[in-house]
Amino acid sequence: MASIAHELAKKQKEISISEFFEKNKHILGFDSLTRALITAVKESVDNSLDACEDAGVLPEIFVQVDRVDNNEYRIVVEDNGPGIVKKQVPNVFGRLLYGSRFHVRAQRRGQQGIGVSAVVMYAQITTGKPAKIRSRISDEDVAYECELVLDTKKNRPQMVKEDFVIWEKEHGTRLEVNLKGKYVGGKQSIYEYLKGVAIVNPHARITFIQPDGGNVVFERSTEAMPPPTREVRPHPEGVELGELLNMTKYTEAKKMTSFLNTEFSRISLRVAREILDAAEISHNQRPSRLNLDQAGDIIDAVKKVKIMAPETDCLSPIGEGLIRKSLKNVLGETRASFYAPPVTREPKVFGGNPFIVEIGIVYGGQLSKENPVQIYRFANRVPLMYQQGACATTQGIENVDWRRYGLEQRGGKGIPFGPAIILVHVASTKIPFTSESKEAVANVPEIREEIELALKACARRLKTHLNKAEQKSKARVKFEIVQEIIPMIAQKSAKIVGKPVPDIAGTITKIMNVVWVEDEVTHIKKKHHVSVRLYNYTPKNQKLQLHMVLPYEKVDDGSLTLKPSEVRNGTKVTWNMKKVAPTEVFELAFDMKGLDGGEYEENEVFVSGIDPASVIGADVLPGDWDLEHITITEEKSVPEEAADEGEIDYDEGAEVIEDEE
Amino acid sequence: MKNEERHLKAVDRLTELAGDVYDQLVDRKIPKMSIPLRTKSNIRFDRRSGVWKYGRATGVRSAKKLTGAQMLLRTMYMLEFMEEMIRTNKSSTLREMYYISEGWDKAKFSAQDESNMLAEDLEIITNCMREDFKLRPEEDGARIMGNVTVMETDRKGKKKKINCRDDVGDSGYGIPYNVEKEKIGFVDCDADFLIAIETGGMFDRLVENRFDEDSHAVIVHLKGQPARSTRRFIKRISEEMKLPVCTFVDGDPWSFRIHASLAYGAIKTAHISEYLATPTAEYVGITASDILNYDLPTDKLNERDIQALNAEKTDPRFSDQFWKHEIDLMLQIGKKAEQQALAKYGLDFVTKTYLPEKLTELGIMR
Repeated sequence: MASIAHELAKKQKEISISEFFEKNKHILGFDSLTRALITAVKESVDNSLDACEDAGVLPEIFVQVDRVDNNEYRIVVEDNGPGIVKKQVPNVFGRLLYGSRFHVRAQRRGQQGIGVSAVVMYAQITTGKPAKIRSRISDEDVAYECELVLDTKKNRPQMVKEDFVIWEKEHGTRLEVNLKGKYVGGKQSIYEYLKGVAIVNPHARITFIQPDGGNVVFERSTEAMPPPTREVRPHPEGVELGELLNMTKYTEAKKMTSFLNTEFSRISLRVAREILDAAEISHNQRPSRLNLDQAGDIIDAVKKVKIMAPETDCLSPIGEGLIRKSLKNVLGETRASFYAPPVTREPKVFGGNPFIVEIGIVYGGQLSKENPVQIYRFANRVPLMYQQGACATTQGIENVDWRRYGLEQRGGKGIPFGPAIILVHVASTKIPFTSESKEAVANVPEIREEIELALKACARRLKTHLNKAEQKSKARVKFEIVQEIIPMIAQKSAKIVGKPVPDIAGTITKIMNVVWVEDEVTHIKKKHHVSVRLYNYTPKNQKLQLHMVLPYEKVDDGSLTLKPSEVRNGTKVTWNMKKVAPTEVFELAFDMKGLDGGEYEENEVFVSGIDPASVIGADVLPGDWDLEHITITEEKSVPEEAADEGEIDYDEGAEVIEDEE
Repeated sequence: MKNEERHLKAVDRLTELAGDVYDQLVDRKIPKMSIPLRTKSNIRFDRRSGVWKYGRATGVRSAKKLTGAQMLLRTMYMLEFMEEMIRTNKSSTLREMYYISEGWDKAKFSAQDESNMLAEDLEIITNCMREDFKLRPEEDGARIMGNVTVMETDRKGKKKKINCRDDVGDSGYGIPYNVEKEKIGFVDCDADFLIAIETGGMFDRLVENRFDEDSHAVIVHLKGQPARSTRRFIKRISEEMKLPVCTFVDGDPWSFRIHASLAYGAIKTAHISEYLATPTAEYVGITASDILNYDLPTDKLNERDIQALNAEKTDPRFSDQFWKHEIDLMLQIGKKAEQQALAKYGLDFVTKTYLPEKLTELGIMR
């Protein structure tokens, strides 16, 4: 037996990381020809965007894919980032697990330092050709250019050729690789990936030259850089045992109190003492002496002590305003009828890592009604293209009962059907992916719960809109009847019987028997013109209050057709309407100046002082005057007109008579 | 009743209808109109006439709903148009009226079916016939072959005596859209029975095989679902010339309905069943039993066929033993057959074997 063990020992040796990945390239997202191409673009673009953001430069990304021959493609990705100093170029592109971010707690696209070097490696394995890199930093006159391969046994770069070249770009990096792949269109394609990138990176401008020569430009929809994110120390909640012990080895702190205070966020000296007391550990113990049991005690103690929530300026959510603007910018061709106001939740924590969930919903237009909704998944501003089913974002969507929010869904579970796109963005200092290829967010309970809450909040906004649209279309039908058809019937019948045209006011109020509110907002010549018309189609005089939510300081006083009776908090405006007689109309109109077109798109009109059942086109004022979207009565059903005492509608007979001449 | 009188009565009725709507507006009511429901659940067998007519159930067309309001407005336009035609002594086809509605603004029809239906609604409400409103159908070209002599008054007012076998070509005598007494009279008829055929191919087969002469028959081509004038013509000849009538159609649910509208009255025109239907008409075939007995080439029933058969199971016109059996049998074998499937046994089989056998069984041929 012993001899066998010795024999085996000879064969047992360290496998280099690069050798391991060469044999397991699926882990890195190179498992099929199609996917290899997308992954290569994705890793390079992620790097470019991170570089630009680190340097505070508005990203200008250029992507080109050419077909060299059969299934060999050339990919070029170029950015206007800060560039990479000559000494570091080989390490960044030719060495796996070499990175600057692995130990950093801040929201970044790349984290492990695998991505772009894996691209280089995959390229050389499949085509035998080296990667060509060019980079220029702003204080150099020329760009450095090199061709390199990766020595997979040693995990070290191997230079093939290097040179200095003239480059018109002031700074930036360009990567050119030849690799085996397959270029396709459709849902999982480079085009869709870049479209996703453009949606969650509204500050980036992306040019894409396709193999057939066609080029697409995703223009940026904002000139503002996302606020820079700060590195943060780990939050004590959710720190794991091994990690804690590790930290005690590297810390420079001499005492446990200062260790806790300096290595973690949100732990003041006072809190540190509280934790140590609870764990029954001496304040002055040397951190390196902390044993396993004690570490466990500290983790238990952390749960008992009240600690502030983690800092969140390490996160970079896209923000409600920009999500909407960016979706509109990129999805313009779908002519969607509604962009639900997006939802950016408050930051929450899992395992010591803060995270934020953001949701956007696009509805209607040319989006398909019969198909499942499209899901756009993002993690730290990176589109996720594969493993949709395994992703916590998808599972969150499947768990919501979308039937309550106006989408079809079999049995209230699963991906809903309807003309909608749902965007889910999870931002965190550490996204828990299900695997190294970073395509699916792991099902962490804290994250899943946040995703579901955010989805529901955004879906309520969609439902509010749909309810309103349905009410409006019903009202419009009635409007056509009373405004156009009844007057014509009156005229014709009078003509046939040879009598004067009758007064139809009585008939009209009987048909409608509602106050109909019709509102409109148009944005022309940098002015918003708002009009709210109130049609009294009831047999009585009506006197009621009208309420709107709008930035009142932007209202042009001179344009107001009626002065408001009250303005609360600068946004909640109330008008006391004058008496409106049956079949009469009153119009409230005004202009607003100094708002962006997108900043005010839909009026929020409420009424009070009238029976809610007799108003169409406006909601009844919520009891607390709290006009958050979320509080607007979501279960409210549109009142059905009662059928007349069992009369059968002649024109809506269900039977089809087919046997006739 | 003379023509003039009928038109004047129609004008009165139409004006009354408009007056009704007018009065409702004056009374501050929502205008509405009651119309008997034209559904299979609202047809009743009338013992006296032997045909199916509308029952008492009525539906309401109310201006409260958009369709109702639109139909009421169309009604007003149509009334005006009809009164105008009667006044100026013009007439129009149903299709022409559909096109005229192009100028009716909100009252424009979106399909000719709609205008045809409304014309029928007005017949029902006013108790008039569409001819009274000066509306006529398109030419339908149903034809007849056999030893019948008719007296037709042509457009110049000249009376022509026509024998529907000897004075016409092989395509037979064309039945005009107006087959009332002022237009058509029957002079003579030397035949034992009338056989109404669904398809042109079979009509021509019977003519070529001289079935009319050899079997002493009058052959009528129905051209699918028979037009009103064809049904009226058959009813008149059957009553006035004491001629037994039978129908010979394809073996499928739609052909069963052809027989039903000819013999029992159509659901859509049940208000004039008494005037159009020939209750003594017998169904010769093709039956589901024929498919089995004669081992005919078949097609599978499609989904619509099966739906139609199931609908017929609740259609009161098909509630007798014969139909119950045949419909169930067809559903059971899941097959249908065309008339011309009989050609499996040769071109003469239908006239030499099939029809004689079947007609003898029914007691029509001896």
